[in-house]
Amino acid sequence: MVPVEEIIQGREIVICAGSGGVGKTTTSAAIALGMAARGLKVCVLTIDPAKRLADSLGLEELGNEARRVEPKLLREQGVDVSGGGELWAMMLDAKETFDALVARHAEDAEARDRVLNNRIYQQISGALAGSQEYMAMEKLFELHSEGRFDLLVLDTPPSRNALDFLDAPKRLTQFIEGRSLQIFMRPTGLAARVASRGTGVVLSVLKRIVGFDLLADLSEFFSAFSGMIDGFQDRAHRVSSLLSDEKTSFLVVCGPQGEPIDEAVFFHSKLVENGMHFGGVVINRVRYRLGTRQVKVNDLTGRIDSELGDEDLARRLARTLAEYDVLAVRDQKNIEKLAKALNGEPVIRVPYLDTDVHDIAGLGEINRYLFADEADRVELATG
Amino acid sequence: MNAFIPAFLDKRLLFVTGKGGVGKTTVAMALGIRAALEGKRTIVCEVAATENASRLFAQSAVGFHEVELANDLWAISIDPDESMREYVLLQLKVKAMRDLLFRSRMFTYLAAATPGLNELVTIGKIWELAQLDRKVKHGRKYDLVIVDAPATGHGISFLQTPRTFASIARVGPIHSQAMQLEALITDQEQTGTVIVSLPEEMPVNETARLESELSGGIGIAIDRVVMNGLYPDAFTKGEVKKLAKLKKCEDSEVRAAGRAGISQATRAAAQREQLARLEQMVAAPVSTLPYVFKPELDLKAARRLAEELD
Repeated sequence: MVPVEEIIQGREIVICAGSGGVGKTTTSAAIALGMAARGLKVCVLTIDPAKRLADSLGLEELGNEARRVEPKLLREQGVDVSGGGELWAMMLDAKETFDALVARHAEDAEARDRVLNNRIYQQISGALAGSQEYMAMEKLFELHSEGRFDLLVLDTPPSRNALDFLDAPKRLTQFIEGRSLQIFMRPTGLAARVASRGTGVVLSVLKRIVGFDLLADLSEFFSAFSGMIDGFQDRAHRVSSLLSDEKTSFLVVCGPQGEPIDEAVFFHSKLVENGMHFGGVVINRVRYRLGTRQVKVNDLTGRIDSELGDEDLARRLARTLAEYDVLAVRDQKNIEKLAKALNGEPVIRVPYLDTDVHDIAGLGEINRYLFADEADRVELATG
Repeated sequence: MNAFIPAFLDKRLLFVTGKGGVGKTTVAMALGIRAALEGKRTIVCEVAATENASRLFAQSAVGFHEVELANDLWAISIDPDESMREYVLLQLKVKAMRDLLFRSRMFTYLAAATPGLNELVTIGKIWELAQLDRKVKHGRKYDLVIVDAPATGHGISFLQTPRTFASIARVGPIHSQAMQLEALITDQEQTGTVIVSLPEEMPVNETARLESELSGGIGIAIDRVVMNGLYPDAFTKGEVKKLAKLKKCEDSEVRAAGRAGISQATRAAAQREQLARLEQMVAAPVSTLPYVFKPELDLKAARRLAEELD
């Protein structure tokens, strides 16, 4: 299996997707660091970096603007950036990005303020389904258009399901430009009827369920947005096509348990179906098998005892290996299943390290696996 | 079985939340099993169509139905569309009016386009399940409703939804119902939260932040923080030193055992540091659950965890 470097070769955008808690942020930062060490100007975009990760990069806090990690700091941590590489990082702020987008598409200051000051907008602009995901793409698009970086690595927002990310532009544009809006906005639509205090039967039933006040606010919200539909539509279309451009590659990040593996398989098929470039899968926290046979606790206890002269300790140790091996066998089976479903696409296994990763040294440790080929990985993890 | 019964099981409604991947579902199920064992009629609600409960009990998908998994233990998968339908059924007694509404495209689009409506009707259904005098047909009375809630970020906005709606809709039926839901969520006697965490740096930080946002921002009671997946502290420092000797052993399996032992001891020690940090950082009492060394969590393991809860 190829090192991650080969997957990234020639791409300008790498999107790390996967469900929550699988190590996406760490993987994204590690890849960005590794590619900077290989001479590229790289920016990693993250949603919620561990404070300590920001600290370790020498960044007080990450903001909605890219900040550069001091080359001196990288050198001190043993990362060679003499080849002209740069590492930048930024944290995405969905609300700020959404506000900026509204400002861009509004016809004038009045239209902009009408949306920004709408109470419904204020309540939902951060929480609207898909808005965080869409805003991440939007920021990615903006940075890519600026052309300041050789490579952008996007750590996608934590979601229950990796697919939420792909669906985000669709859901958001459906919401903003879709038929739901039109039905409000057309001359006989709800907004008009609410405004004219219409008395249609449906409307009166709706009022009874929802309340006039909320209906009026909603229609105000939709009408405030209506002037921006074309701008949003065009932008969303261009963001979408950047995702399926050959400059962009998706890496699916997952864990070795059954559910994340199934999700990775599903995500792969969705990417292919949507005509997007699937780079490969990074599986974090893999327990590599340390032996090839099933552990026989009694037998192994005897052999350890003869080395240590402590039977109680020997037995506990033999049991520990047996427990470890149960999980290692599970990981192996799940990964074989994944590899089969992916039909030869790259699978990179990063082992379950003894310590948590939250600094440059730790990212470097991960990169020993990400940037190695499979034979070296196995040697490193089990040798 | 643990003789000590966690006091928060006496509440009517418990939300289980935490960072993604920490084992919220496992803890929600373990709490449900435990409460049922204590003789409380309990229902576990899933809100994201995950069907983990039915899988654990090897049953067919429960869907939007109250299904009995074991004695006194029930489950439901809350679907927002179904919840909305049920809500309208309860609101509009006249069938002709309901049919008119359901057939109306305007209603369909309004329901689809209104931000946060899915969350609102989901919480509405949870509220309905927690009522002693239930209005839905064949509604059973539950002593305890446990919600396998969305992860951190979504979890916070999920629990905020009633307040958001109450403030957007200043008057009218949505306003009063949202206020009712908000009152239930912030009723510290009746309602509580269990935050699930893992003994690692990031989950511990996030748990502390989540606790302050939930209790300070939303005003919901935090009854317990559960530190999940704690490794056994199997080796003393002196023993770990001895294990280093095995690195040079000829027998590869003995070498592997030495390596596995050192890894586990290193992790276990780091985990205890994180446990100590967590106990420092959160106000709620902290319970621990052991790591389950099994390929997937099965019913037997879930029952064992249920008994470990204190």
